[in-house]
Amino acid sequence: MSDIFSLEHADEKLKVLDAFIKEQNAEEEALISILHKAQELFGYLPSELQLYVSRKLNIPAAKVYGVVSFYSYFSQEKRGKYTINVCMGTACFVKGVEKVMHEFSDQLGVKPGGSTSDGLFTLKDVRCIGACGLAPVVMINDKVFGHVTTHDVARLISDYRAQEGSDS
Amino acid sequence: MKMLSIRINDIPLQVPEGTTILDAAKAVNVKIPTLCHMNLKDFGIVNQSASCRVCVVEVEGRAPLAPACSELCTDGMVIRTDNLRAISARRTAVELLLSNHPFDCLLCPKNLECELQALAQELGIREIRYAGEKMDHPKDTSSYALVKDPNKCVMCRRCETMCNTVQTCGILSAVNRGFNVFVGPAFNLDMVDTSCTFCGQCVAVCPTAALTEVNNTDKVWDHLADPKKHVVVQVAPAVRVAIGEEFGMDPGTITTGKLVSALRALHFDAIFDTDFGADLTIMEEASELIHRIQNGGVLPMLTSCCPAWVKFFEHQFPDMLDIPSTCKSPQIMLGAIIKTYYAEKMGLKPEDIVVVSVMPCLAKKAEAARPELTKDDNNNVDIVITTRELALMLKEAGVNFAGLPESQFDHLLGESTGASVIFGTTGGVIEAAVRTAYDWITGETLEKVDFQQLRGLEGIRSATVKVGDMNLRIGIAHGLGNARKLLEDIRDGISQFDAIEIMACPGGCIGGGGQPYHHGDMDIIKKRQAAIYQEDRGKVLRKSHDNPYIKQLYDEYLGKPNSHKAHELLHTHYIPKEKI
Repeated sequence: MSDIFSLEHADEKLKVLDAFIKEQNAEEEALISILHKAQELFGYLPSELQLYVSRKLNIPAAKVYGVVSFYSYFSQEKRGKYTINVCMGTACFVKGVEKVMHEFSDQLGVKPGGSTSDGLFTLKDVRCIGACGLAPVVMINDKVFGHVTTHDVARLISDYRAQEGSDS
Repeated sequence: MKMLSIRINDIPLQVPEGTTILDAAKAVNVKIPTLCHMNLKDFGIVNQSASCRVCVVEVEGRAPLAPACSELCTDGMVIRTDNLRAISARRTAVELLLSNHPFDCLLCPKNLECELQALAQELGIREIRYAGEKMDHPKDTSSYALVKDPNKCVMCRRCETMCNTVQTCGILSAVNRGFNVFVGPAFNLDMVDTSCTFCGQCVAVCPTAALTEVNNTDKVWDHLADPKKHVVVQVAPAVRVAIGEEFGMDPGTITTGKLVSALRALHFDAIFDTDFGADLTIMEEASELIHRIQNGGVLPMLTSCCPAWVKFFEHQFPDMLDIPSTCKSPQIMLGAIIKTYYAEKMGLKPEDIVVVSVMPCLAKKAEAARPELTKDDNNNVDIVITTRELALMLKEAGVNFAGLPESQFDHLLGESTGASVIFGTTGGVIEAAVRTAYDWITGETLEKVDFQQLRGLEGIRSATVKVGDMNLRIGIAHGLGNARKLLEDIRDGISQFDAIEIMACPGGCIGGGGQPYHHGDMDIIKKRQAAIYQEDRGKVLRKSHDNPYIKQLYDEYLGKPNSHKAHELLHTHYIPKEKI
């Protein structure tokens, strides 16, 4: 298990999470929104955080894990600062998004679901994000890029890297 | 109650509102095949996931087929179970299940016991039209008790119902989604790293071999073949009223004498009775109870014979570890006595003795491996096999069980009383304890030993038994969900008892996870229970403290119940465990 509770500000985050849980009327039914909150606070849902939620709500850890592993929105792995969501929905697929995915995968050196070792990028495949007119579509965090081709991949990556450089 | 008029395959019938199509069909002798469905009415256990689609039938006036197990009848409903459309749909459902199922039936531990295999046969499936990817999950062989093979899972969810709803352990849940879905514990942990009690009720209801017991029969064969080993076997009470079913005998047939002959045919060096261990347990447990009552000790006292229950309270109620009795279970007590008293009497070294237990239970396998239940690095019990595994060994050896003569357990640790026989059923341990406690507290001899108020199959029972001047308040629960309720009420001060008996499995050990599969037929459990009480009635001695060999054991070796020596050999302690 990762040691998420020893990270900086972990106590404050847990306090926020506890307060959120307290606000729920029927705690058991609120599991999904509580998990959303936990992921928003900590960035991902490692097993120790799932266990924390399960004990707080007094529901089996297996049930919590069942929900977390069911929904692709929930991540059990630490994610990079930027999540590159490559849409693998039907329209994007027909428009050749698979090649785009390969290109990202090659250039970042990670498989879909993986994160780069510098903690900057996580590559993910997602199902339709509802922007089929722009297919093939890539979403980086909440920004949507349409009509993406393999030639755009290097530029997108370097733009975000450059942005990171200027931030720090 | 409102009655509904319906037709099934042109047969008109009336059913009460709330009846499923499946139950209505049963009433007119129409068989609809099922797979995921499970309804153990007497225990209030229903699995109605309707996930397998094997029971679909045609309902006039609606386009999709209806799952008979969960669809309720409506007035005027016209149902067909026997036309080509319904039959084809069922076959397709089974073919799809098979398309993602290993084909190693001949080598499978559930061969001829598998409900999926039986369905394929009943539906006449000879080829599978769907070739596709197969699941490839690793097997979980981490525990001493059970094996989980997710590749054989058909997602019927019966195990989840047992684990979550009935036992409230919450170990098993569906994880992942789509093709990758399977049933498993949190975070893909190994079963041994969870708070699984190894009660084995998931194994008892699994239709396939996705959940099976750890098979120890090879180990037993190896020891039997080793001339340097003195192999002693002991048999739990519930085994004798169930093993006959494996050999075509009626449920509830008492086979004690044949069972002993069968073990002799396998050439065990000594054949002892766990019932002797049960009598010994009563000596210690009744003494402990009286001591607690008379000295203001912690009450209620909880029984500790059931290892699934023990593990359950260690994980779920780690703050209440002072209330269970410190007594080891009968199998472990007998193992300890075999490795010490018996070894000394026979001039054997404990390390040359192998103790094999035949148990109706999977948790007994895990119990025997608990590190604190050893004596000088010798396991008290070396190998545990289930009722089913013993039947398998007898079949391998070609023993014609039904045709065997009756014979007696071996002397020294083979004699037992009626009190110990009833350990096999819910209510039995506490009744046995009361029979002895009564005589000891009052100094009188109890004449009427049958305590009807403690018997039955209700999940939680309570009764007050008058013992001299005092009223002994007794609670009984079987099934861990019921045990949890009882324990929570005690913790919250809602219930007050002096003594409580808990058994993890429905009906107690007679419904244990290692017994012949009852396939959801509750009448089988009831017949086993009736047989247990019949065996008790047939015994000359009905109270544990009247067992002359128990007296001899105390006179020659242990001294008094709860003596220093008795504590060293027959008592244990509990360890708080994490809940996960």
